[in-house]
Amino acid sequence: MIQFLLNNTPVTVENSRPTITLLDWLRKDRGLVGTKEGCASGDCGACTLLVGEQVAHGSSEKQWRYKTINSCLMLLGNAHGKHIVTVEAVTQNLYADVDELHPVQKAMVESHGSQCGFCTPGIIMSLLALYINNASYPGKKAVIHALGGNLCRCTGYQPILKAAEKAFEYERQPVAWAATADSFARSLRNAGNSLKEIPSLRFEQNHFYVPQSLKQLVNLKNQCPEARLIAGGTDLSIEFTQQLTEPAIIISVTQVTELIQVSDSGDGLVIGAAATYADFIELFCRHYPESKELFERLGSEQIRNGGTLGGSLGNASPIGDPAPLLIALDATLELVSIAGTRHVKVEDFFTGYRQTVLTANEVIRQVLIPKRPASLKLASHKISKRFEDDISTVCLVLAVDHADDQITAVRCAMGGMAALPARAKTVEQQLLGASLSQHSFNQAASALAQDFSPMSDVRASAEYRLTVSQNLLTRIGYEFCQPIDVVNVAEQPAVRIAHASL
Amino acid sequence: MRHFEMDKLKARGGSVGQSKFHDSAVKQVCGSAKYVDDNPEPAGCLHAYPVLAPITRGVVKSIDTRKAEALAGVVRIFTASDVPGKLDIGPVFPGDILLTDNEIQYHNQPVLLVVAKSYDVARRAARMVEIECRSSEAVLDIKTAVEQQNWVRPPHSLQRGDAEAAIANAAHTLSGELHVGGQEHFYLEGQVAMTAPNEDGGMSVYCSTQHPTEVQHLVAKVLKQPFHFVTVETRRMGGAFGGKETQAAPWACLAALATYHLGCAVKLRLARADDFRLTGKRHPFYNHYRVGFNDDGLVEGVHIEVNGFCGYSPDLSDAIVDRAMFHADNAYYYPAAKIIGNRCKTNTMSHTAFRGFGGPQGMIVAELIMDDIAAALGKDPLDVRKANLYQPGRDVTPYHQTVEQHVMGDMIAQLERDADYRQRRAAIKQHNSNSPFIKKGLSMTPVKFGISFTVQHLNQAGALVHVYSDGSIHLNHGGTEMGQGLNTKVAQIVAHAFGVDFETVGITATRTDKVPNTSPTAASSGTDLNGMAALNAANTIKQRLVDFIAEYFGVEAESVEFNNNQVTYDNGQISFAELANLAYMKRISLSSTGYYATPKIHYDREKAEGRPFFYYAHGVALSEVEVDVLTGENTVTRVDILHDVGSSINPALDVGQIEGAFIQGMGWLTTEDLQWNDDGKLASFGPATYKIPAIGDTPAEFNVSLYDSANPETSVFRSKAVGEPPFMLCFSVWSAIRDAVSSITDYRYLPSIDTPATPERVLNAVNVSKAWLAKQTSNAEPESTHV
Repeated sequence: MIQFLLNNTPVTVENSRPTITLLDWLRKDRGLVGTKEGCASGDCGACTLLVGEQVAHGSSEKQWRYKTINSCLMLLGNAHGKHIVTVEAVTQNLYADVDELHPVQKAMVESHGSQCGFCTPGIIMSLLALYINNASYPGKKAVIHALGGNLCRCTGYQPILKAAEKAFEYERQPVAWAATADSFARSLRNAGNSLKEIPSLRFEQNHFYVPQSLKQLVNLKNQCPEARLIAGGTDLSIEFTQQLTEPAIIISVTQVTELIQVSDSGDGLVIGAAATYADFIELFCRHYPESKELFERLGSEQIRNGGTLGGSLGNASPIGDPAPLLIALDATLELVSIAGTRHVKVEDFFTGYRQTVLTANEVIRQVLIPKRPASLKLASHKISKRFEDDISTVCLVLAVDHADDQITAVRCAMGGMAALPARAKTVEQQLLGASLSQHSFNQAASALAQDFSPMSDVRASAEYRLTVSQNLLTRIGYEFCQPIDVVNVAEQPAVRIAHASL
Repeated sequence: MRHFEMDKLKARGGSVGQSKFHDSAVKQVCGSAKYVDDNPEPAGCLHAYPVLAPITRGVVKSIDTRKAEALAGVVRIFTASDVPGKLDIGPVFPGDILLTDNEIQYHNQPVLLVVAKSYDVARRAARMVEIECRSSEAVLDIKTAVEQQNWVRPPHSLQRGDAEAAIANAAHTLSGELHVGGQEHFYLEGQVAMTAPNEDGGMSVYCSTQHPTEVQHLVAKVLKQPFHFVTVETRRMGGAFGGKETQAAPWACLAALATYHLGCAVKLRLARADDFRLTGKRHPFYNHYRVGFNDDGLVEGVHIEVNGFCGYSPDLSDAIVDRAMFHADNAYYYPAAKIIGNRCKTNTMSHTAFRGFGGPQGMIVAELIMDDIAAALGKDPLDVRKANLYQPGRDVTPYHQTVEQHVMGDMIAQLERDADYRQRRAAIKQHNSNSPFIKKGLSMTPVKFGISFTVQHLNQAGALVHVYSDGSIHLNHGGTEMGQGLNTKVAQIVAHAFGVDFETVGITATRTDKVPNTSPTAASSGTDLNGMAALNAANTIKQRLVDFIAEYFGVEAESVEFNNNQVTYDNGQISFAELANLAYMKRISLSSTGYYATPKIHYDREKAEGRPFFYYAHGVALSEVEVDVLTGENTVTRVDILHDVGSSINPALDVGQIEGAFIQGMGWLTTEDLQWNDDGKLASFGPATYKIPAIGDTPAEFNVSLYDSANPETSVFRSKAVGEPPFMLCFSVWSAIRDAVSSITDYRYLPSIDTPATPERVLNAVNVSKAWLAKQTSNAEPESTHV
């Protein structure tokens, strides 16, 4: 069985289809229809709700932290131990007057922020997370990041941007459910201490397991090598909701303590395979600020709150943005099975379209990123039709080390150019030993066609992919060789377009 | 800055002119506003899902349903032969087939209907049906359709003067062509309907539709029943944009078919990917033009051909291509014009209404022509636009309607001044000469959009108003609420008529048994038609009350006034609530229907002459963009809009329509890229590959103002329709992108950019411009300045 807090009600579920999403369960089993299905693929945000989880702050007692997720991607089993907050809990009076609403709701009404209203519950939940996690208005860029995954087809977003600001102008409203949530956390801790079994759901012969330790996870995967591993479900859940697949066993890695650690070991960064992007972006970007834009444009806030490196790499998507970055940084994966631990370079991890070196009983434990050389120059670029929450047409990451004006080491990795994320070896050869000059990068650009023969697809033609990649190398030459502040490229009008979220 | 906060019309003392909140706003933010799929399902409700054809064109050879039928929970599988009445549900002309029993005309066309105990089982079972087909060659390319004269409806043309002679005699001539992309509606609430038997032996249909009456008629025809057998209810839609005008009906008809045979409630809701694959979109168009003009850039004659990519059936394409033709002039006078419109038949889903209804696809040609003329003459495009505007004496359209209201020149002048057009133009030229990779562009484009259904009989509406004996008012009208705030505006009108608070008026769902024989809520006409019908209903009751007061209190009828919840008369006053009760006690009828039909309009299609539009709505937008010439990425950084809504009934709702329409139009022209594979399968079938604007895509600076001008025609409270016209303000974005790219050649060459202007298309235009420049440098003899 699994246990969680749903709004103000503790809930226990034992029998349910392992593939059921939180959205379907809320709407069909609980009749909580305020949360809407817009796309059922994590792209529109209409199903956004809040997930609270207990997080330790230093040595003090764990506290609830709330984040937004797409309930169409989060599987019910992953709710174990969490606090699920739906729009119904924000204002409970069905006949409420405008002045009785929560500040984010009141601001939306007063700013005329809803038209058809179908995206509105999701917008409210994203605004609520912004409100809970900020004591005062955090600025327009923060709003855009928080709401990048909430599509609205009616308003053109102006009144929603306005509402986000306005919500902070009213008298501050405390979290209404704090006492209930704390008492649920206490009861769960008490129960947890005596818990012997792995939390799970079952339906007929199908199971969903939520192991809590690496040992449990490795044992389970060994017993059920055919089981599908799931973390945030940002990719895998779509298989269940669109292709209608129904695996017999699903194992969630989201609550495996060893897999959600994030640290700076001194020798480099260690990112747990099940740590969400939201959990590690800050640390990562402290060391590699040039990758900030790549992470900020990876999916949406809801996706970054659920997605993990283990999930992205394990699914071996040819267009996932983390792989080129990790390959360019020469990162290593630590894989664990009942037989022990082994290390594989990210670059060697992929063996084919959606195929990896992982054996059936193996799991990714963590990603190891080497310590940054002081003289490393890094550039990461993503091209997509839409700036936010879009899959890369092309992703190019280039890491260059240099001594004086000569390039001494180079790793160039690309996504979207082949069936796998891969290195541009000819480009690397051209650059290695060359002078750190615009000319060198222009020369390298012309070598790119020897590395890749990209495909034409719905995102772009092969010709565009090749041309734009070459031009990106030209731009990188400009960035590396001109006195440009690559961290704040947005303030460099000559280099980047002034997109609102930059 | 959003300017509607000033309610300049508050002085009227009633609700009209005030920025009332959307009547569902509180419910929407609380998650308690119900959509069709949110309502509790009746006990035993079944779920239906269509079985889709696996090929694009051909015939069905055999169908094997055994595996699907064996799946636990499957109740029944229906075929075309189970339809008791009409199988063809074409709304105007035949051609839309509910379930095909033989011929397949587009990829994923529905063939069968699975009914099961759950949504999941129905979807799963639908995929287990095996359909064997024989394929034939599909027509997917519009040029092939034009060559083969493969039409869904015959071509139509507009003619005024001798265009060929005018072009031949002009000092300059140009020609050009443009592929205009389609657009998926992406209403957030997908297509859904639930049907249930009702106790009167009829059927209740709950459907997310803009056209409840048509759903009623089609369900009745499919079931071979009289119209009164079916009652359709629509409380609200989670967005529609034209995509639920005709496209909602098939799913209601299919659910009704199952309810008819099985005698229980049935729901049909399309999963998003199937909604993309099965429902029509904004028509893609292929347009070309030839124009003759003088040294000042004044057009002397044009020849324009617009070709709509209609899909497999007529649906509404006849009227849509007509509207594209009616708007190929936009705001510009063509002394001589020939405009041809073709309705091309292709093997895709049947393209349909979408905000602007063909108007945008026609209007873009006018803006293409203006920019091309300006580039050819080395003039500022705004000067060319201004010179060509309709004005007194140069005021007859290619369809022979005389333009009577001339506000466009003043609106452009106002925006040009307020948004610093000339200074910014100079600053941008300066920026571009110093910036190697990021080029800025600027463009101001006007909109003149004709208001009225071009199908005359649709320009009518009905309403039903009850005053209860406590003075509270109940309102129904034939329009549907899809987010635009129609219910709010009509309630404001009724409240205003009775001089009572807005909150006094309650509105419930649109139902075919409350107001019959209604038109779709479309063509921006919702408030114009239904507001006037409701006003007429209110005025009927009001007149009875005035007559009653005059008789009861023995006062002059002329002295009676309704204001601030009070009714005053010679030396007396009574609250509206007391009056309602008194009138009831004295046996005065407090309920009335109201009716309205738009005056003045007519169109003779044989002669292609008439007055299809009651009036025009106007707008002007100035957009500034940035283009990355290394990647083709582009972004809109600032937009200034001045729009004409006449005397606004609700400025906040009007501004909401303007902002939302503009961003939707911007998406159409930039990121929203519909793609079909070579075999006719839709490749962009979900939001992962079809990108509508996100919050970060909105311009960093976005100023919207309402133009201060009453409608000269007698529309409801002198307001103007606002749903569609501002959509076409988006041409300023596309034009500004071309302007930015043109800076590469110091504005000597203006590349063509098909829409949507994706990074790939923009980068191609950059490369074409660079090639042109290289050729100029290598050639001693410069070629024509325009290709």
